[in-house]
Amino acid sequence: MDAAPGPPGVSPASALPSSSWSLMASELSVLFRRLRTWAMLLALAAIPILIAAAVKLSSHPVAPGRGPPFLDRITQNGLFVGVTAMVVSVPLFLPLTVGVVAGDTIAGEANLGTLRYLLVAPAGRVRLLLIKYAAAAAFCLAATLTVAAAGALAGVALFPVGPVILLSGDTIGVGESAVRSLLIAAYIAVSLLGLSAIGLAISTFTDVPVGAMAATIVLSVVSQVADNLPQLEWLHPWLFSHYWLGFADLLRQPISWTSFSDNALLQAGYIVAAGALAYGKFTSKDVLS
Amino acid sequence: MTEASPPAELAIETQGLSKRFGHRAAVDGIDLAVPRGSVFGFLGPNGSGKTTTIRLLLGLAAATHGHIRVLGGEMPRQLATVLPNVGSLVEGPAFYPFLSGAANLRRLDSADLHASPRTRAARVDEALERVGLSHAAGKKVRAYSLGMKQRLGIAHALLRPRELLVLDEPTNGLDPQGTREVRSLVRSLSAGGTTVFVSSHLLAEVEQMCTHVGVMSVGKLVAQGTLHELRAAGKATIRLHTPDIEAAVRVLSRLGLQSELSAPPPGSYGPDGQSLVSTGPPGHEVAPETIVAALVSDGVRVRGFGVEDASLEERFVSLTGEGFDIAG
Ligand SMILES: Nc1ncnc2c1ncn2[C@@H]1O[C@H](COP(=O)(O)OP(=O)(O)OP(=O)(O)O)[C@@H](O)[C@H]1O
Ligand SMILES: [Mg+2]
Repeated sequence: MDAAPGPPGVSPASALPSSSWSLMASELSVLFRRLRTWAMLLALAAIPILIAAAVKLSSHPVAPGRGPPFLDRITQNGLFVGVTAMVVSVPLFLPLTVGVVAGDTIAGEANLGTLRYLLVAPAGRVRLLLIKYAAAAAFCLAATLTVAAAGALAGVALFPVGPVILLSGDTIGVGESAVRSLLIAAYIAVSLLGLSAIGLAISTFTDVPVGAMAATIVLSVVSQVADNLPQLEWLHPWLFSHYWLGFADLLRQPISWTSFSDNALLQAGYIVAAGALAYGKFTSKDVLS
Repeated sequence: MTEASPPAELAIETQGLSKRFGHRAAVDGIDLAVPRGSVFGFLGPNGSGKTTTIRLLLGLAAATHGHIRVLGGEMPRQLATVLPNVGSLVEGPAFYPFLSGAANLRRLDSADLHASPRTRAARVDEALERVGLSHAAGKKVRAYSLGMKQRLGIAHALLRPRELLVLDEPTNGLDPQGTREVRSLVRSLSAGGTTVFVSSHLLAEVEQMCTHVGVMSVGKLVAQGTLHELRAAGKATIRLHTPDIEAAVRVLSRLGLQSELSAPPPGSYGPDGQSLVSTGPPGHEVAPETIVAALVSDGVRVRGFGVEDASLEERFVSLTGEGFDIAG
């Protein structure tokens, strides 16, 4: 132990600023060493691979306008595999995996009983919430990057690769298009931050992780359905899924950042609101699991 | 603990501590006083509120009424400075089944703001060694037996030097060997100056390792004190062997003791003579030498004489009721 005055084993609170990082590192390692996380990332990686294989093996060319956006362009340029796969996974597959991770944050620990041992360590309730959220956000990024990376690999392996024609008609090189892919991945990761915060908040209300996961996923579906109902038009700009597919602006020259910033602002609003709810619930909760 | 707080006489102190679930009180106005350096046995039948009390002490649940001080700090307000000095096992061990025993301990240790990451690996090894789990350190907890998990839970409580250990039924699921090891571990920790607060419904266990006892019954603390005080509050029994039964009964009843005939103990004192068992009302103490002197001066031939403390079990049953009904 540190050679600090006072009772044995006690060091001044300020002596170890690194210890918050220590819990963060531990949180990430528990999340990313878990079989379930790997299974979800592998399933996400399978989406672009499946798309690429299906396009490659199919005998007739894809007619423009049929199937998901950009699907028809894959045969000419493999770089579109990743973009197509991201479009396909945004409505369901990504929210599904994010719902599992975010819904599990607190409820999963409560279910295992480890929550009480983290709290008597003492981890600090607010600190634990922040670290859990940071880890869930890291998963959002890892999930979208997995789709983008697997898409790039599958595209390069199966199709010709060359300059990309943007939606605005301009042409960009392979390097620049890789940057655009990463920007789309970042856009989608940001899109999922609000949902993660909602999952975290729900997770503080229950000791049953499956319940929190299901509720989070159902909410993501409800939000998208509501976004498609013209009767609820007044509500649309407030739905956390409203800008989920709005990343086409990143495929123009010059890049239009309006949808990116609108999306980021909306997600920040959800983070604040859901975060306040999670804080209010978790800091006053009796941990009886 | 901060250096500002005064050294407290009591490691745990509660006043009127209550916890309600709905309108049912799980803990009902208890005033605990656990002296520093003691091994405090927290006894009570199933459902009497032991675990709930421990949750309140550790700030896991909020009390409905009452005040708590742990190691001189008010709980839960000073939780952040108090808890690093407290090791605990609450309602059985809980771990990540997909991590190894050692990885679990490292994980939980990293949650402690005051635990140094530099010494973590060494402390984990040492704690595992202490509970005899070194050989299973790398094994996934999923593959641990109940007793191994219990040992790992105790190892977790010992990850750092502690001023106070709060152990909720630490020998649950352990084999006799493991139970003995826990007892000797508790003794050695206590000898090193750690206060140990251990809940149990196993009387023999408490009798063997505790210096102080508190007895819970349906959410109330019905008795508290040193083990000796608690036993003394029960009825001491004297056992007498003599051929002069009638004279002996007369003398004993003059001293306020009630007698009845009993079977002579094995390996008896001779063919003539019978055994008497006498007890006084609770709190009525007559010194053994006074009894013997009175008997002898009345010409009773005392062939055998003994004093037996009330067993803690009798005391426990008389305090908490005999049945197997669980309060609920
Ligand atoms: N989460 C809860 N909700 C409602 N009632 C509860 C809850 N937890 C405990 N109780 C009630 O509080 C009472 C005390 O329970 P507690 O777990 O403290 O008992 P205990 O003394 O630890 O018992 P055991 O020896 O079985 O561990 C019981 O009557 C129980 O039904
Ligand atoms: Mg209990």
